[in-house]
Order: sequence, then C-alpha cells, then structure tokens
Amino acid sequence: MSATVYPTSWRAPPLFGSRLRQQLALWGACAYLVWSISDLDVDVNRMLAGFPRALDMFARMIPPDFSRWRLLLDGMVESLQMALAATLFGIVLSLPLGLAAARNLSPRPVYIAARGFIVLGRTLHEVIIAIFCVKLFGFGAVAGLITLAFASAIFLGKMLAEDIENVRTGPVEAVRATGAGFLQVVTYSIVPQVLARTVGVMIYRLDANVRHSTVIGIVGAGGIGQTLSASFSRYDYDFSAAILLSIVALVALGEWFSDWVRRRLR
Amino acid sequence: MTGAAAAKRYPEVWRRRTRAESAIGWGWTAALALAAAWSVSALDIEWAFFADAHAQAADLLARMWPPRWAYLPSVLHPLIETIHIATLGTAIAVVFSVPLAFLAARNTTLNGFTWGIGRALLVASRSVNTIIWGLVFVAIFGPGPVAGIAAVAARSVGFLAKLVAEAIEEADRGQIEAVRATGASTAQVYWLAVLPQVMPVLIGTSVYRWDINVRESSVLGFVGAGGIGLYLYASINQFAWQQVLVILVAILAVVLVSEAVSAYIRGRIS
Amino acid sequence: MPGVESKAHAPRSDPAPALLAIEGLEKVYPGGQRALAAVDIVIERAQVVAVIGSSGAGKSTLIRCINRLVEPSAGRVYLRGVDVVALGRRELRRMRRRIGMIFQEFNLVERLTVMENVLSGRLGSVGFFAAAARRYPPQAIASAFELLDRVGLAGYQNTRADALSGGQRQRVGIARALMQQPELLLVDEPTASLDPKTARQIMRLIRSLALERQCPALVNIHDVALAQDFSDRVIALKAGRVVFDGTPQALTPEVLTEIYGEEDWNRTIRPVDDDADEGTQ
Repeated sequence: MSATVYPTSWRAPPLFGSRLRQQLALWGACAYLVWSISDLDVDVNRMLAGFPRALDMFARMIPPDFSRWRLLLDGMVESLQMALAATLFGIVLSLPLGLAAARNLSPRPVYIAARGFIVLGRTLHEVIIAIFCVKLFGFGAVAGLITLAFASAIFLGKMLAEDIENVRTGPVEAVRATGAGFLQVVTYSIVPQVLARTVGVMIYRLDANVRHSTVIGIVGAGGIGQTLSASFSRYDYDFSAAILLSIVALVALGEWFSDWVRRRLR
Repeated sequence: MTGAAAAKRYPEVWRRRTRAESAIGWGWTAALALAAAWSVSALDIEWAFFADAHAQAADLLARMWPPRWAYLPSVLHPLIETIHIATLGTAIAVVFSVPLAFLAARNTTLNGFTWGIGRALLVASRSVNTIIWGLVFVAIFGPGPVAGIAAVAARSVGFLAKLVAEAIEEADRGQIEAVRATGASTAQVYWLAVLPQVMPVLIGTSVYRWDINVRESSVLGFVGAGGIGLYLYASINQFAWQQVLVILVAILAVVLVSEAVSAYIRGRIS
Repeated sequence: MPGVESKAHAPRSDPAPALLAIEGLEKVYPGGQRALAAVDIVIERAQVVAVIGSSGAGKSTLIRCINRLVEPSAGRVYLRGVDVVALGRRELRRMRRRIGMIFQEFNLVERLTVMENVLSGRLGSVGFFAAAARRYPPQAIASAFELLDRVGLAGYQNTRADALSGGQRQRVGIARALMQQPELLLVDEPTASLDPKTARQIMRLIRSLALERQCPALVNIHDVALAQDFSDRVIALKAGRVVFDGTPQALTPEVLTEIYGEEDWNRTIRPVDDDADEGTQ
C-alpha cells in the first residue's frame, strides 16, 4: 500500500501571489527604509543625546506641579467651553450641509458643491484651519470655537449625508404615497431612520471636540493647548506634566461619557 | 359585563413615548443646550468680529490669488519628508502595538497588573494628540523629523493597539483551544492561533492610521517636528499668501492621494 | 524499614498500567454548577469509546478535564500510569502532546493553510522561532503529507482552511490530532456540525485510524445510532455521573429511557445486526 514517498519539505505559499513578488515587496520595503532614513538626514548623535535629555525631562516632570491650578483650570474650562459651543454650532450648521450633500435628496449642482466643500474641509487639518481663524479673528478662544465648529459641521454633515443616502426607500415611498409634502416626508420617514445614529455621532463629535480643543491652542486658538505650549517654551516641565495629566483625564472622561451615552441610545 | 367590546375605551390622545420618557429625553437635551449656551456666553465672543469676517476672508483669498507656482519645487522635498514621517512613524507603531495589544487584551494578558499597565499605556498614548506628542519629542530630540516620527509613533501605537486588543478579545476561542490542546507553548498559541485571526484587523487599521498620519504630519512642522508644516507656518508668518495657497494645494493633493491609496488597499484586503 | 519499602515498590498485580484511568473525577464550575460528580472510567486497550448523554450531562467537561483544558475540581486522571492532574505547567504541555483532540467546530486556524494546521500538531516538539518560521523537521513534513493522503486530502496542503467544506475541515482536524502521534484521542462531538452522510464518513475515518494506530479514542457524541455503529463500548453520562457502561448492543430502549427520559426509542436505535458491515466489522 505505502509505496508512495512523501515530500520532506514544504514552504508556505507566498503572501503576494508569487515568490518573486514576495521578494520584490520585501526588498522594496528595505529600499524604502534606507531611502527614507537617509533622506531625512537622521542625526544619530542628536538622537542618542535625546535619551539622557528625555530622562532629565522626566525627572523634572516628577512631581507634576499642580500649584498653578487656577491657570490650569481656566485653560481646561475654556477648552471644554470651546468644545461644547463648537458642537452646538456644528450641529446647527451640519443640518443644511448634510441635507445638501445627500445624493437622494438634493439637486445635482447643490450636491456636488456640498460634497466638494466637505472633501476640502476634511482634508485640511484642524490646526491649519485654526491658524487661518487666528489670522481672521485674532488670538483666543473665538478662533478655536470657529475652527472646531467648522470641522464639526463638516464631519457631522458628511455622516448625516451618508445616513440619509442609506435610508431604506420603502418607508419614504409609503409616506410620500399618503400625499405628504417634502417636510412631512423628511420628518416622518427620514428623521426616524437616521435619528438614533445621528445623535450618537453628535455625542461622538462632542468627545472628538474635547480632544481637538486641547491642541489647537498651540497655534494661539485658546484653551489648554495654549497654556501647555507656553509651559513647554518656558521649560516648566513640572507644570507641563500637570497639564498633560489633566488632558489625559479629561479626554478619558469624555470618551467614557460618549461611550456611555451611545450605549444607552441603542 | 355586558358587551365587553363596547365597554373597551380607546385613549383619545396617543403619545409615542410616556410622559416620563419624553421628560428624560427633553431633560438631557435641555441640559446639553444649557451647557452649550453657557459655554458660548462664557467665551465672551466679540460678535462685531463676525460682521466683517466675510470681507476679511475675501480679502485673504484675493491676496492668495494667483498662486505662486514657482514656489512648488521648493516644497516638494518637505512634502516627501511629510510622507516619510507618516510612514516610518506608522511602521514603528505597528511593531510596538502588537505586544501592547496582547498586554491590554483581557484574554491574553498575564495578570490583572499587566492588564492595568497595558490599559494605562493605551489611554496615555491615545489621549495625547500627535501635535502635543510633537511638542514633547521636540523638547527631547530637538527640532526635526525624528521628533515627528516619534510623535506619530507615540500617538498611533495606542490607536492600533486598542483596535487589535479588541480583535484579540473577540478572537475565536475554539481555534485557540485547539492549538493549546496540541501542547503548544503560550507564545506559540499567541503567534499561530491568535495572531492569524487578528492579522486582517492589524493590516487594515495600520493602513487606515497611515492615511490619518499623513494628514497629521502636515501640521507637525508647526511645533518644529519636521515636514511641510514648517514651510506653511513660515509662509503665513511672512504674509506670503501666494506661497500659502501653493502649499495648501500641495497638502490637499498629498492627503487626497494617500486617502485614495489607503481606501484601495483596505478594499483589497476585505 | 525494609518491610515498608518493599511494600511500596512491590510489583503490582497489573504490570502494565491502564491506557487511561479516571478516578473520582469531579468538576464544579465557579458558578456552583456541578458538571461532573465522581466519574470513574478505565480504558484498558485500544478501543473506540462513545460517551453519550443529553446536553449539559458533562460530556464536554469530561474530555476537557482529561487534558486539563478545563481544570478538574477533584479526582485523578492517569494516562499510562501518569497522573495528569498533578502535572506542572511544563509537564502538562508535554502531556498534551501525547493526547490528540478533535472538535465539533473543527477549530482550525481559519486563516492558515491546511498544511500549517496539520503541522501545528507538532508544535509541542519545535521551538517558538522554528514554528514562527514554519520550519519543521523533514520527517514531520513527510508524515503530514502522508496523513493528508490518508484522510483523503492529498493536494490540499496549500489551501486555506477557511476555503474548505465542513467535512474537509474535520478531516484536517483529524490529521492535526494524529500528527501528534497520540496515545489517546479525545473527540468532542465530531459530527454535530456535519450532514448525516459526511458524519458517517468522518466517524468511519476516526474509527479506522484509531484502531490502525492502536490508539484508544473517547468520542462524545449525541447521535445514539452513530455511537452504536462506530464504537466498541458506550458510556452514558447523566447529570455528571456514569449511568451506563457497556457494549453498544446493550443499549436497549429501557436503558435509553434511563439516560434521556421517556421517549419512543425504537426509531432511534437499530436492530443490532443491521448495517454491521459498515462500521464495526
């Protein structure tokens, strides 16, 4: 029966279709690594010098200095206010934007314009928008508020538009068949389908705004980021540590809150 | 009981929710609206600013036009640097995120203490924005792309590890049990039964994070951590608005292309 | 004390210990649910032992306590005279290599190839890095190919497990277990996820491989007819206790009523001589 001789070696089939392509991918990755690192002019000595400096910085961060808690609290509260207010404005602005960017609802030219606006706004980082807002409205929380409101409106508008596009058409037709007008169709067949998800997305955005509000201060748009940036430039590392810990706590809290609310919504 | 059907009384008012339910719903809405209104008023907004904002914006746009295309060649290298920062930072993050994910997943961590450490690292990494990480690493490594790479890696490691840890917790227990039953060591079980199951998540989220990181790297220069952001910041401060427009268009193009590449790769995986 | 010593080392009346001896095995889950209560089973020679019983009777817990995928609460499990329950982590891993296991849901690593799944039966004997680099000894690879041929999957080595049908997956699962050159096969509901025809084929394969390799097999199975056709001995569990231990022929309607409760059993069990050529030759 067993005259068959079985092979004694076996190699796993290649990941990328053929061994040649797998080799090419491997060598390509290596070549990229070499090219990018040499292209970046990585100064090894300076990097090595960084490690003792990091230790020194850590040593100076401990213990974190909470003695200037008023300043810290002011910054945190301002960040939180920016986030809340921006979410509110963002929601208001996102409603027309979302309706306009829904393919199944708005006329073609409006749809294209709204989509183009969303793509443009999403691509540019909040900090870039913030720096323009600082140029337009001056330093401070207002620039931050407008930045976050703008970014929120874009994000919420996009999500809303996608939800509306994914609405099941049956109920819409059914309501339309009863002779309802446009607004009635929207409130009775589209709103119920997208409401729960949209509220969830809004809460998520509030959480995201809390996170973003901690950073746009770096270009002067108010909030705790401005305080943090200042403390770094003055080498007040123990105060920086206190700010960083507060940010981590605030963000973790915001995330927990947003998760909690969204779980209850379901 | 004569004529049970006739005695049946129908309510004259129909409500979708009970009074208590809608009260709670409205309570939440009101609380949020109040908080937002308080925020708006507390921020001391100078509404007069808004009166001429559109004129200012139009003025800014007018000064940007026409873009100074001659400036484009000198931003090509910083653009490439931006992509390098994103790619190398993501690559480092991928390497570190796998052990961190195993540490932070309930079913693969060693004990409660290591799980706590893993979770704490996840939260710390994720709560601090890339740019703030940039601030920290510029203080350590000095200005330049190395700080940018470290910042991208520091932020991404938590992002990747969180999603991979969730995938590990959802991995099929049966496959793990079967490999364990062959007498494999814990390391072998993790490598041969758990890792293959989470591989699609790891690759998918890495590619997704890479495209977010290209966008993040475009502003790392604001804090001195390398890339195109440095040039954007400098041009804005010099009021060289025509250069600013060129840089914005360049960033737009790079981010859009990387987004398309990432979407294409993720589409191929699933 | 020479008297005591000689007594301790005295040759036992039975020089070769039983292949498997389970003594007073108990399992109480953390919730307080008692899955096994004082189970005693001895398997003296290579035979196929079917374990039947209704859902929740403790069948699955029983075989998982043997290789300690589930930790028993009390009792002893001896494999060729070695107490599995007393082993430390390292020795337990070594012991698990000697026990092959086959699962209801096949439990193949879905995203790996058939060959990688079969070779994972040898994980216990290669180091971590060798396994990670898929470097196995040549004899291991040859016997993996031979096993694939034996279970009827020659040529499938490079197919990914998630591309196979249920029956094919179970064949890979069988090959993986036999790759361990086991001294005992633990088989957990091997046919519950398969259609009736494939189920019979799989049971026939398990039976012939177990007898061919002189390896006892403990098979959890809820299908009484399959148990009768393909086993040498049937053990029935009810609420964690052994309530029947005998030949398949001894499974009468009265016995089944005791195991499962009142029901018309005449359509479930076969007359003993029917279909005999197919399984138990």
